Amino acid sequence: MEAMTSIYPSHQPPAELEQILRVEELVKKFGDFAAVDGVCFAVRPGEIFGFLGPNGAGKTTTINMLTGLAHITSGSVEVAGLPYPAGIKRAQAIIGIVPDESNLYEDLDGFDNLSFCAALYGLRKHEREARAAELLQLFGLTEAGKKPFKAYSKGMKRKLTIAAAIIHRPMILFLDEPTTGIDVASARQIRQLLVELNRRGTTIFLTTHYIEEAERLCHRIAFIVRGRIERIGTLAELMGQVQQENIVQFTLAEDVRPMLAALVAEFPGTEAEHLGGGALRIHSPQRVNLSPFMKFFERHGATVYEARVIQPSLEDVFVQVTGVAIQPMKSEEEGSKR
Amino acid sequence: MKAWIAFWNILMKDMRNYYLKPPNITWGLIFPISWTLMFFLKSQTPGDVRDLLPGAMGMAVLFGTTSMLAVTITFERRSRSFERLLLAPVGTNLLMLAKTAGAILFGLFNAAAPVLLALFMTNLGGIAWLQVIAGVFLIAVTSTFLGLMIAVSVSEVFEAQTFSNFFRFPMVFLCGLFIPLQSLPSFLRPLSYLAPLTYGVDILKSAVNHNGHIPLAVSFAALLGFSLLLFAISAINVKRRWIY
Repeated sequence: MEAMTSIYPSHQPPAELEQILRVEELVKKFGDFAAVDGVCFAVRPGEIFGFLGPNGAGKTTTINMLTGLAHITSGSVEVAGLPYPAGIKRAQAIIGIVPDESNLYEDLDGFDNLSFCAALYGLRKHEREARAAELLQLFGLTEAGKKPFKAYSKGMKRKLTIAAAIIHRPMILFLDEPTTGIDVASARQIRQLLVELNRRGTTIFLTTHYIEEAERLCHRIAFIVRGRIERIGTLAELMGQVQQENIVQFTLAEDVRPMLAALVAEFPGTEAEHLGGGALRIHSPQRVNLSPFMKFFERHGATVYEARVIQPSLEDVFVQVTGVAIQPMKSEEEGSKR
Repeated sequence: MKAWIAFWNILMKDMRNYYLKPPNITWGLIFPISWTLMFFLKSQTPGDVRDLLPGAMGMAVLFGTTSMLAVTITFERRSRSFERLLLAPVGTNLLMLAKTAGAILFGLFNAAAPVLLALFMTNLGGIAWLQVIAGVFLIAVTSTFLGLMIAVSVSEVFEAQTFSNFFRFPMVFLCGLFIPLQSLPSFLRPLSYLAPLTYGVDILKSAVNHNGHIPLAVSFAALLGFSLLLFAISAINVKRRWIY
């Protein structure tokens, strides 16, 4: 990512701007059905803001309203102080969009696609060609730059679509499921790129199905369910809301079942959950002190391989808020197969 | 200035991507040439060829522009690449003008084919060429905007082509090309005045054979009016259906 310094000069939003995106009571109705129903949130300059929710929750509809692809039924939106709908065309000049589908021109090659996208933002020929060449290099697509977009792999298409979205150096970048359906290496590269873009000043608005991706990248996260924001906050704030009990997991060399009755008797107020074989979870309303448990297992002649505190994850928050099980990240799926 | 950079590049992209592709150039020539030849070869005298020229030009432009727009707009809409244009900081009207400018130029190119053929078959002296160019241009503009209106009202290329025929064939039969307007049954005559091609062909008839029967000012005004109306309907449709 070193090359990014030259082609993507650090640009900070105006210092006086406290919120680069402000959304108040945003509503989108289709007939009587409210796909987005009174959504309120604000994004600060320089943030990576995650927008998570199950399918059909209203994520894409919200992005479409924020980027100008959908009309607002009611409510207000301001991007960098530009109110919608009057300021939408001016706002579009400072936002970049990576849609859920890579939608560049199939018959144009990579270079021409980037150059064309730059022209849509009014960049002159020499400037757009220089930026296109540099972005192709940055994304490792210099060779592929001469091939038509339709000949690209899914990962390459995604990378080129992101390159097209940043060629005009937007202040805020909207990404709708940027790593869905692509290989692990490309997904990792894209995540690194987003972090680097953000480090250089770009505000990022991200929707993703991959909860761990949001956990890794986002400074703040909003959960949208059935068109309404259910939770919003930093990772710590969100996780703090679900941490109602303390959990410690022990892994023993021996089968733990013969010890269970004695364990429960010795530690009243805790709950023991046998996970199979030598694996056991202790649930307690208070903080769990490991030492008495270690002594207990020692007395019963058991060997403890591992003892670890289980922290609630963003996934737990998501499931609690939405009631929907989530899709594991691609990297985890791949990793578990190896 | 920035908007015009976008306009020019959309036009150039469409020219390269669609209009200058060898199959389209070939089709853009073969279609009007074969159509024109069919008419011309059936004609008995060089005078007949000259009589048929305005109609042949009008048809070539009408079919060329509407067919190409059905592809360039509908195809990009279906592949979602049209969204790139809607998300750009370019006004919708300028954007639609950029998308249609290529088809208008393609229409002018289509109209040249019958003229080139007629050059070999008859004397083209005494023709008011400036009026021909103005007439062809206005037919190209109205036909393109008709194609635009159709393309933004449907989702698939085949729907656009089918829907186009509902307008194209009645217009061809009602514009005075096969049957002079004066000979049309009285109940059909008002319909012919609702078709833009009628005014376009009449401008060309008056320029080529000096036998148009609608005052030139009326024909030009009518074509301009149709253009504005069709463009406005298309703009409303894009803003209502595509920015949903």
